[in-house]
Order: sequence, then C-alpha cells, then structure tokens
Amino acid sequence: MRTPLTLRILHSTPRAGWIALAVFAAITWIAVPVAHAVLAEAHPLHLSAYSVSLLGKILCYMVVAVAMDLIWGYAGILSLGHGLFFALGGYAFGMYLMRQIGRDGSYQSDLPDFMVFLDWKELPWYWAGSDSFLGTLLLVGAVPGLVAFAFGWFAFRSRIKGVYFSIITQALTYAAMLLFFRNETGFGGNNGFTDFKRILGYSITSPEMRATLFALSAALLMACLVLGRYLVTSRFGRVLAAIRDAESRVMFIGYNPLHYKLFMWTLSAVLCGLAGALYVPQVGIINPSEMSPANSIEIAVWVAVGGRGTLVGAVLGAGIVNLAKSWFTMSFPEYWPFFLGFLFIAVTLYLPDGVVGLWRRLRARPAAAPDAPPVPTVHRDARPVSAARSSAKDPAELPAVKGAEA
Amino acid sequence: MSVVTDFERSAMESEDQRENWSGNASTSHVVEPGALDLSHNVILYLEDITVSFDGFRALNQLSLAIDAGELRCIIGPNGAGKTTMMDVITGKTRPDSGKAFFGQTIDLTRLTEPQIAHAGIGRKFQKPTIFEQHTAFENLELAMKADKRVRRTLFAQLFDDDRDRIAAVLTQIRLDREADRPAGLLSHGQKQWLEIGMLLMQEPKLLLLDEPVAGMTDDETERTAELFVSLAGKHSLVVVEHDMAFVEALGGKVTVLCEGSVLAEGDLAEVQEDPRVIEVYLGR
Ligand SMILES: Nc1ncnc2c1ncn2[C@@H]1O[C@H](COP(=O)(O)OP(=O)(O)OP(=O)(O)O)[C@@H](O)[C@H]1O
Ligand SMILES: [Mg+2]
Repeated sequence: MRTPLTLRILHSTPRAGWIALAVFAAITWIAVPVAHAVLAEAHPLHLSAYSVSLLGKILCYMVVAVAMDLIWGYAGILSLGHGLFFALGGYAFGMYLMRQIGRDGSYQSDLPDFMVFLDWKELPWYWAGSDSFLGTLLLVGAVPGLVAFAFGWFAFRSRIKGVYFSIITQALTYAAMLLFFRNETGFGGNNGFTDFKRILGYSITSPEMRATLFALSAALLMACLVLGRYLVTSRFGRVLAAIRDAESRVMFIGYNPLHYKLFMWTLSAVLCGLAGALYVPQVGIINPSEMSPANSIEIAVWVAVGGRGTLVGAVLGAGIVNLAKSWFTMSFPEYWPFFLGFLFIAVTLYLPDGVVGLWRRLRARPAAAPDAPPVPTVHRDARPVSAARSSAKDPAELPAVKGAEA
Repeated sequence: MSVVTDFERSAMESEDQRENWSGNASTSHVVEPGALDLSHNVILYLEDITVSFDGFRALNQLSLAIDAGELRCIIGPNGAGKTTMMDVITGKTRPDSGKAFFGQTIDLTRLTEPQIAHAGIGRKFQKPTIFEQHTAFENLELAMKADKRVRRTLFAQLFDDDRDRIAAVLTQIRLDREADRPAGLLSHGQKQWLEIGMLLMQEPKLLLLDEPVAGMTDDETERTAELFVSLAGKHSLVVVEHDMAFVEALGGKVTVLCEGSVLAEGDLAEVQEDPRVIEVYLGR
C-alpha cells in the first residue's frame, strides 16, 4: 500500500529531530520576535536590532550551508560558487526593494538613484516586473535555478568532476562578480543596491518587519532541514550517495547520473537564492562582493567545520564560524582571514567529520565498555562521506543501518 | 473475419513463447520499437568490432554471436580484449567501426549506459564494484528493476513484494545474514556475490560477467558455477574467466579471444586441443 507523501516526510525526520525543531520554532517565532518587537528597549531581555539582524543573517547562512551540504556532503560535488546563487537571489529581491523606494531616493525619481546618476532615462527591459512582489518571489528562486541548471547541464554532461568542477564554479562566480561590477550591467555597479525603505509598503526598519524577516528565515531553515532529511533518506538520496561513491556502477544499473546531479544541484541553488532574498533586507545591502570567490570558499568551510554529510553539521558549522567571525571582525578584523585558513587546515587534518564527527567519537567512547555493547546511534543515511572510512577500521563502531525503509 | 491458418497460428504461438521467455507479458506479436526482438534466436550480435587506443587495436574486427539462453565462456590471455568487448556491449566504449546489436533491432552503439541497462543487459565488473557505504540490502534495492528516473526515485517506496524479492536474492547469494552490514565490510568473495545479486535484481536478459570467481574459495567457485548453470536458459550469460576448472564446470561453448579477435570457438575439449590456442594461452 502506498503511504501518503506527507506521512513519509513526517517519518523521515526522527522524533528527536521534530522536538528540536519545535524548540527552535518556539525560540525563533515567539521568543526572539517578542524580545525584539514587544519588550521595551530598557527591558533586560530586549534584543537589539543589531542582534536580530546578525542572527537573521546567520540563519540565512545556515540555509546556504544545508544547500551546500546536500550537494557536497551527499552528492560529493564540491561547489566553490554557491555564493553566486545566494547573491543572485539577493539581487532579484534587491531589485524589488529598489523599486519600493519609489520617489524617496536622493534624486526623487521613479528610477533607482544609480540609474539617474548614470543618466538613464528608463528602466532596462530586465527590470520590467521588478515592482511586483509575487513576480519577485518567483524570480529569487528561478534566476539562480536557471543559471545553475544551464551551468550544471553542460558541466555534468561533459562529465566534469572533482577539482575541475570546483575550479570552474570559482571561475563562474568570479566572472559574474566582474560583470556585476560594471555600471552598464544595470545592477548598481560596485555599490550594488542599498538604502532600502519598504517591503509591501511597510517600513523595512520597523521592529515588526525585522522580527518577521527573522521568523521567515527560521521557517526557511526548518523547511530546508525537513526537505533535506526526506531527500537523503529517500531512495533518491541513496542513488545520490551511490553516484558519489561509484558513478559508473550507477550507470550500469540503469540510473542516469546526469539527471540526479542536475536535480540536486539546481535545487541546492534555488535554496541558496531564497536564503539570499531573505538576507538582503536584513543586512540592508547587496553588492558584487557577495560573489567574490572567497565568499564561496567560506561556505565550504562552514560545512567542513560542522561535518559534511550531516544536515545538523552544516547548520552548526555555519553558526559556529559566523559567530566567531562577527566576534573577530569586532575585535581583530585583520586576523579573520588567517583564522579562517587555520580553521580549515585544522578541521581537514584533525576533524575530518567536523564538529558532529567529534561529538560522535566522544559519545562512542564510553559505550565501548565491555558489558555495554555499543548501541549504534547514527540514523541511517545520515552517514557522512568519511564515516564508513573511519568506521571500516572498527566494525563495532558501525552505525546500525536497517535495510528496510521506515 | 480473417481465417487464421495453422501456419500463422503456430507462428504466433512461437512468437508468444518468445515474448514470455523474454519476460514481456505483451501478447502482441508486433515487436515494439526498443523491445528486445529475438526472432532469430540471437541475443547478442557483434560484427567486425574494432576499438583502438592511440593506434593500438584492443579489438580487431571481432565478430561474435550469442544465442538466447546460452551460457558462453570467453577465455584468452591478458590483454586479449575481453573487458574491452564488455565495455563496447555496455556502451562504456564506442567502437571505431563495426556493429553491435542486442536482439535483432537494438543498436548498442547508439545507446547510453543507462539505456543499455534498461534494455536488459547487466554487467559485473572485473574488479567488484558495489556501493561500499550502502548495506547489502540497499545495494540490491538500488539495483532492483524499477523506473529509475529522478521523479520516480524521489517518491519511490519499498513494498512488501520488493522486500520479498530482495530477501530471496539475499538468500540465493547467501548474504541474508549480512543484509544490514555496509557492503564495504564484506569479504572479497561476498562482494563478488553481492554484485552478482545486483545483476539478478535487475532481471537482465543478458548477463555479462567479467572474472566472477576471482578471489573466491573453491567452495564459493563451485556454488557460483551451479548458480550460473541454473540461470542459463532463462537468461543468457557471457562469462569471462581464467579459471579452467570453473569454465569446465559451466560446460557451455567456449570462445577464445586473442589480440582482439576470435581465435577459436567450440567445446572446451575442442579448443583445448587447438594448437593455436595451446600456443597463445593454455600452453604457458
Ligand atoms: N582505456 C584504455 N586506454 C588504453 N588502452 C587500453 C584501455 N583499455 C584497455 N586498453 C588496452 O587494451 C588491451 C585489452 O584490454 P582488456 O582489458 O580488454 O583485456 P582483457 O582481455 O580483459 O585482459 P585481462 O585478462 O587482463 O582482464 C590491453 O592491452 C589494454 O592495455
Ligand atoms: Mg579484463
């Protein structure tokens, strides 16, 4: 008998996961909005606009990390260009935000300020429809999705793999950055978009709007986690992991790896685009530096630090690195790049499974006592790339993988 | 209405038998495009296949025909082109020239690897290739005959009869106790069997097996021979092996490959007496 999809999605996340999500929702949908928008500024529990924006920004980064993990951790494809998809989503929403400024810009024109400055008389054709909110919602997913699809189609069809693929994605985001730097491209050149005023007519700086954007970012993250969990525990996820481990075998049993990679790649880009769209109104600016190659590399570092091949790891990694970054950039801004490089090397050498791997190792140790046979705790299909590599040495550490689907 | 003559009826019946034989439930005797047509009882037909790597001819005008239901052994010295021949049949390598047909109508040189797998050719590699991080059960699940397009796989579900089929194959390949272990932890012989099991799950019409008993114990080798002999008839098998005892146990026709083309063909006893075969292969 067929089980309805909703039930299967429900079952794919274990009970502990749902409890964690419920707690997370209570914090991000109730506690934080109340602390920011309801409590008076003098109240000891009041959350400042700065904190809410910072946390909201990190939530968006977490979504990007999950998207990255789906393609890198589970499909084995290392993208060093995911910053591009994030920025494209951001730019698509930024266009709407620019239109919402209306005549409140410095030049009091219907055109965005930078166009007036360039002496343009009308909107370029690709700005048509940018004043429509619904149209914009469509574009924030569709633009990165289409770019990713077109790029992936050629790259995967030519069977470009491994480090070559990663390098090309770097080149892609770099080329896009150069393009967006040009004033003639029509996206504000190196200043990008800023000075946003409104969304749907409501002020973007009001506490309510900030709390709403924050709650929406949290909702997007939770949706990504549930969706990601379903994907990686489905047969689709097993095919994806099989492609990562032995692509030619997958072809000879009748799957077309091109379609699988392309689907995951495009979906991953769309999720990045949605995250970018929520990020821009919260930080108040989007410019081509979001497409810099270093930004994309940083995304990979988040996932490596957290532990690739586990969705929780991606979220943790993005959180840890970005909190560290905001502390560093306040205290010793000039040392951040060195710290990031050091972190990446340290994680690669000593924590190949990231923070989550470390946690598992610590938990596995007491269970190795002779009268307490190790109770495998790892959920099926949550196996990180290197889990089997390290566990292959010691079969007792292996996750109990049930053959049957839940 | 039309009068069906005895001749026509018998023709239709034999057509039906063939359809059943090939696992096709359709009773129509019109061959669908893309369906396996075995009307001349030949399942695989290679003609003048040439493959060169940088001028070196790995296959040199190779011609070969395998009958439906046949169990054929291919032997030959290292580098004779046995694996390359399988690469050509499964779409991994495109021949420079020559024809490769599956049944009467399916031109293998025009299809991709997944398409060829769908058409009904399954392959076991020389070096066992299984999904080491998936369990034995999952390996079989992935191989299982099914609609393998993304949009189906996204929503695929394991039903009870799928589970039963997987369990049956696990028993057949004696891995029922290892079902939930990651395949990477299995012994070499068990990996070989798992790969054979994956082939069985695909329900192919033609099985290509490249050195299936390498690394197996004598006991395992013997059981593999029994399994293959039991598969012949319902399936067609092409087995590449260096192990002469195993080839003898299979008992089928033997083709000797050398320097990319067929040197001799016949019973094992016949080819073993062929002086050319002794010189290039068996004598050493
Ligand atoms: N991709 C390739 N590039 C260059 N040469 C190749 C390639 N594949 C095979 N060859 C060469 O083609 C010849 C035939 O190789 P093949 O693997 O088909 O032999 P084989 O009969 O399977 O040998 P064995 O018994 O050792 O498995 C060998 O000389 C091999 O070096
Ligand atoms: Mg070989």
